[in-house]
Amino acid sequence: MLFYTIVLIILAIILLGVAIYAVVQKDLLYAVIATGVISLILSVFFFILQAPDVALTEAAIGIALTTIIFIITIRNTSRMEDEMPLDHEPNSESDNKIETK
Amino acid sequence: MKKLLIILLLAVVGYFLTVSMSNIKFGANRMGDSSQPKTVGAFYLSKTPGELSVANVITAIVVNYRGFDTLGEVSVLFLAATGLGSILYKKKKKGEHLPTVKKPSSALLQAGSKLIFPAILVLGAYVFIHGHLTPGGGFQGGAIIATGFLLMMMSYKDFTMNHSVITWVESLAGITFASIGLIGLVVDHSFLENFLPIGRINDLISGGIIPLIYVAVGFKVAAELSGVLDTLLSIKEK
Repeated sequence: MLFYTIVLIILAIILLGVAIYAVVQKDLLYAVIATGVISLILSVFFFILQAPDVALTEAAIGIALTTIIFIITIRNTSRMEDEMPLDHEPNSESDNKIETK
Repeated sequence: MKKLLIILLLAVVGYFLTVSMSNIKFGANRMGDSSQPKTVGAFYLSKTPGELSVANVITAIVVNYRGFDTLGEVSVLFLAATGLGSILYKKKKKGEHLPTVKKPSSALLQAGSKLIFPAILVLGAYVFIHGHLTPGGGFQGGAIIATGFLLMMMSYKDFTMNHSVITWVESLAGITFASIGLIGLVVDHSFLENFLPIGRINDLISGGIIPLIYVAVGFKVAAELSGVLDTLLSIKEK
């Protein structure tokens, strides 16, 4: 029982760290990979907390499918988070620079 | 003035939250025992082995007691997949090759995915066929199968899903689900009522209609998710 508690606490700390990383990261690809890691840790959580059904769903959908859909979307849009204000008109040169990076 | 109003509003919301939460006895056993169940959870736990002879109680709740909700979830997924397809999918003309964003992958990935793809399919089929015995079920098995197809789509450039086959599979699976429910309505006067013999607990063929419905849901979810991924992967590059 103590072993599981220690594992849960360590996993929760890692989960918090990865979640904060996903929020502050400007590179969207890294942020999406971080959300995939969050799903991985969450599925381990569900398994330890005796919900194997939910753990299977989280493993298949959270880790694989959602991450892939986000990555496809990022590939079709831009990779870096835009720091410019919303009413800024996109400059074609700088946009190309961001995409090829 | 505005800040004061906000604080007042937060205080009111907090007060009512505290009042409603303080009535919940956290950590107390509120289920009763198996002979006198007090809540609906305890009722399911005590009734499922006798009524349906299903080892996985969650499956019994999802497919039988709350089967109508599952039908709703399946139709939500169907609507989402159909909407995405109608926005993004472009029908190929004969002989035309749509430019895709796919790039050829390494030989290592190709050989490995060819090796692992049948194993993923078998695992997914196992998860939804044994949904009433072990953890898992139609949604989980279908999602696992979709990840297998995703692996093939990503490693082989020419691997595409046939969209008419996908449409047929998901339509037939949905019709199977709905018609099993309708047969229950005809036989036992209640939608999705169990009309098959329940068999012995822990047998593969047991639990009445639950395995049939979960196989249908598994096929449906697998077809829908693979269709969504194929549609997304074949978007034209801008």
